[in-house]
Amino acid sequence: MSDAKPLSLYVPEPEFRPGDKPDFSNVEIPQAGAAPRPPIDVEAGDIRDLAYTIIRVMNREGDAVGPWADMLNDDQLKEGLEDMVRVRAFDARMLMAQRQGKTSFYMQALGEEAIACAFSKALQPGDMNFPTYRQQGLLLSTDYPMVDMMNQIYSNAADPLKGRQLPIMYCSKEHGFFTISGNLATQFIQGVGWAMASAIKGDTKIATSWIGEGSTAENDFHSALVFASTYRAPVVLNIVNNQWAISTFQGIARGKAATFASRGLGFGIPSLRVDGNDYLAVYAVAKWAVDRARAGHGPTLIEHVTYRMGGHSTSDDPSAYRSKEEATSWPLGDPVERLKEYLIKRGVWSDAQHHQMQEMLEMQVAEAQKQAEKNGTLHDGPHSSPATVFDDVYHEMPLHLRRQRQEAGL
Amino acid sequence: MSRMTMIQAIRSGMDNAMEKDDNVVVFGEDVGFFGGVFRCTQGLQEKYGRQRCFDAPISESGIVGAAIGMAAYGIRPCVEIQFADYMYPAYDQITQEASRIRYRSANDFTVPIVVRMPTGGGIFGGQTHSQSPEALFAHVSGIKTVIPSNPYDAKGLLISAIEDEDPVMFLEPKRLYNGPFDGHHDRPVTPWSKHEFGEVPDDYYTVPLGKAAVRREGADVTVLVYGTMVYVAEAAAEEAGVDAEIIDLRTILPLDLEAIEESVRKTGRCVIVHEATKTCGFGAELMAVVAESCFYHLEAPIIRVTGYDTPYPHAHEWEYFPGPKRVGDALKKVMEAA
Repeated sequence: MSDAKPLSLYVPEPEFRPGDKPDFSNVEIPQAGAAPRPPIDVEAGDIRDLAYTIIRVMNREGDAVGPWADMLNDDQLKEGLEDMVRVRAFDARMLMAQRQGKTSFYMQALGEEAIACAFSKALQPGDMNFPTYRQQGLLLSTDYPMVDMMNQIYSNAADPLKGRQLPIMYCSKEHGFFTISGNLATQFIQGVGWAMASAIKGDTKIATSWIGEGSTAENDFHSALVFASTYRAPVVLNIVNNQWAISTFQGIARGKAATFASRGLGFGIPSLRVDGNDYLAVYAVAKWAVDRARAGHGPTLIEHVTYRMGGHSTSDDPSAYRSKEEATSWPLGDPVERLKEYLIKRGVWSDAQHHQMQEMLEMQVAEAQKQAEKNGTLHDGPHSSPATVFDDVYHEMPLHLRRQRQEAGL
Repeated sequence: MSRMTMIQAIRSGMDNAMEKDDNVVVFGEDVGFFGGVFRCTQGLQEKYGRQRCFDAPISESGIVGAAIGMAAYGIRPCVEIQFADYMYPAYDQITQEASRIRYRSANDFTVPIVVRMPTGGGIFGGQTHSQSPEALFAHVSGIKTVIPSNPYDAKGLLISAIEDEDPVMFLEPKRLYNGPFDGHHDRPVTPWSKHEFGEVPDDYYTVPLGKAAVRREGADVTVLVYGTMVYVAEAAAEEAGVDAEIIDLRTILPLDLEAIEESVRKTGRCVIVHEATKTCGFGAELMAVVAESCFYHLEAPIIRVTGYDTPYPHAHEWEYFPGPKRVGDALKKVMEAA
C-alpha cells in the first residue's frame, strides 16, 4: 500500500486583490546604472544576468546613470516626452469618444507610453513592426497622421481599412506597422519570417515582433523563438510585461520560477529585461538590439517591465480583480512624470513648458478629432460603400463572390 | 517533354518557378538536403542554394507564420507540410492570418504563399497520414484550394499557385504520386510512364486555377470529383456501364461553377465523390451548389459517395474510401430514378 499523500494542484495567485493595500516594498528593483552594457555581438550565455535583472537608467534622484545612459540629446529627450504626452492625450480623447458612443471599443496605453515611443526612435524607415495592440506609440511617435488613426477608430468613410477592423487595429506598410490580428501571438513568428526574408534578399532592414506577457503562453511565441534562433533572423522580439492579461496576472503565464526574458536563454537568444517606464533605458536597450540585428548578429529578446494602469480595454473593469491603489503603488513610477522630472532636473525643461506642451497637444488632438468626425463616426456615418465588403478578399473577385455581391444589390 | 511521376512533375514545377523568379523560396521539414520525405524538393537546394531551399524546424505554425512574414516582405514562399494531417497546428496561421491579411489591411499587405501538403489515403498511413482536410480550407474566405489528379495538372497548377497573388493550399494526393490509381484495391498502381498524363513538358507552363477539366464526356450523369477519386469514378462509370460525364474540379476554391452548372443542366443527374468524411465535407457544398442552380434540371436526387464519418482507419482503409463498386452503385441508382 502506498503511503503517498494525495497531490494538489498549485495555482498561482497575485499578491493583492480588491480591498488589499498593495505593498511592493519587497519587489526587488535593481539600482539604476548597475547593469553592464555588453558589446552587440555578445553571446546569450555571457549576459545571462540581464535576463533576470532590470536595466534602468534614471535613478530615484532623477539622474541618468550607468553604461546605458547618455544616448540621447536634450532635443531628442524633449521629443520623446512630447510623443508620450501625445499618446496620453490621444488615448484620453479616444477613451472619451468610446464612452460617448462614437466607436465600439478602445484600448489605452496608460502607463506604458515609454515603450513604443522610445523603441520607434531606434528604428529606421523601411524597418517593420509586427505589433500587438497597445503599441499606438509606434505610430504616434512618427509622422503618421493622427486623423488617419481616428478615422480607423471611427470606421468612418475615410478609414484606411474600410471599416473592416476593430478600432485600434491600425495598419500602415509605409509607416512600418503590420496589420494587427486579434488572434494572439500570430504576429510574433510573422515578424521573424519578415526578418528572414530581409536576410534572404541581402537587404539591410530589420523587423520587430511585439507580444504581451500573457500571450507568451501561445505556441507561436515559441515558434518565433525557435525560428529566430535557428536562422539568426535580424529581428527584435519584444515582450511587454504590463503585469495583467485582462484579469489574469502575469504569474499564470510565467509560473514562479523564471522571468519572461529568461525564456530566450534556452534558445541562445541574448535576452534582457528593461524598465519599461524609463524612456532612456528603453531607448538604449532598443538601440542596442536594433544595432545588433542590423549588424547581422541575430535576434534579441527584450522584456519590457511595466504596468497597465488602465483597464485591458473599454470592455474591462479592473477594479473587479485588482487593488485600486496598485497602479499608483507600482514601484517603477509613471514614464511621463519620470522623464519630465529628469528634464527639469537637467535644467532644460520646466513645469510651465510642460503645461504649455500638454495644452498644445490636447488642442492638436481635439483638432484632429474634429477633422476625423467630419468623415463620420461608427454609428453616425458616412461609412465606406457597403460594396467594399466584397473587395480585397482575393486579388480578383471569384465568381461566387461576384454573384453574392449582385444578390446583395451592391 | 518527359514522362514524369507526379513527384517529378511537382519538383519540375518548383524548379521552373524558382528559375523564373528569384523571389520564390522553398522550405519545410526535410525539404533541404534530403529533398522531402516524398522527395518532391530533391535537388532544389543543390541547384538554388540554402538561402532559397532549406529545412525548417518541426513547427507547422512556425513554417506558415514565417512564410506569411516573408510574403509580406515581398518574397514568394512555397512551403511543405509533411502530411496534410499535420497542418492543424498551422490552421490558425492559414485561416485567420494568411486568408485575411489582404482584407483586413485593405490591400496594404498581401501574402501570396503556397502551402503544399500530401493528402488522402490509400498508402496505409493510418489516421494521422491519410486525411483529406480540403473542406476545412474551402470554408474559409481568402484562400484558394487546389487538388490535382495527375502530373501534368500538378505541375501547371503548382506554377499557377506560386504565381498567384493569394494564399494557396496545394493538396497533393499521395496515392497518385507514383502512378494513377485505377480504383481497384487488388491491382498494382500503373506507373505514370504508361499514362497519357505522365507526359509533362520540362519547361514552364501553367494550368489556370479555378477551371475544371472534363475527364470523360457523358450524357446521363455528371460526376463531380477531384484528386484520387477521379480514377475511381472513371473505373466506376466503365464498370457500371453508365454514360457519365466526369468533371475533375482541380480547384475547389475558386470553384468552376459554370462548368458544373453546364454539365448538370445537360445530364440532369449528379453524383459527387470524395474520400473525405461525409458530414460537412466539400460534397455538401457541391450538392448545395447543384441544388441551388440546377434544381429544375434535375431528374434524380443528388447522391454523395464519400469516406465515412469516422477517423481514418489503418487496416481497413480500402473499405473506408470509396471504390468503384460504391460509386457504380450510386451511378446506377440515379439512373433508376424516373
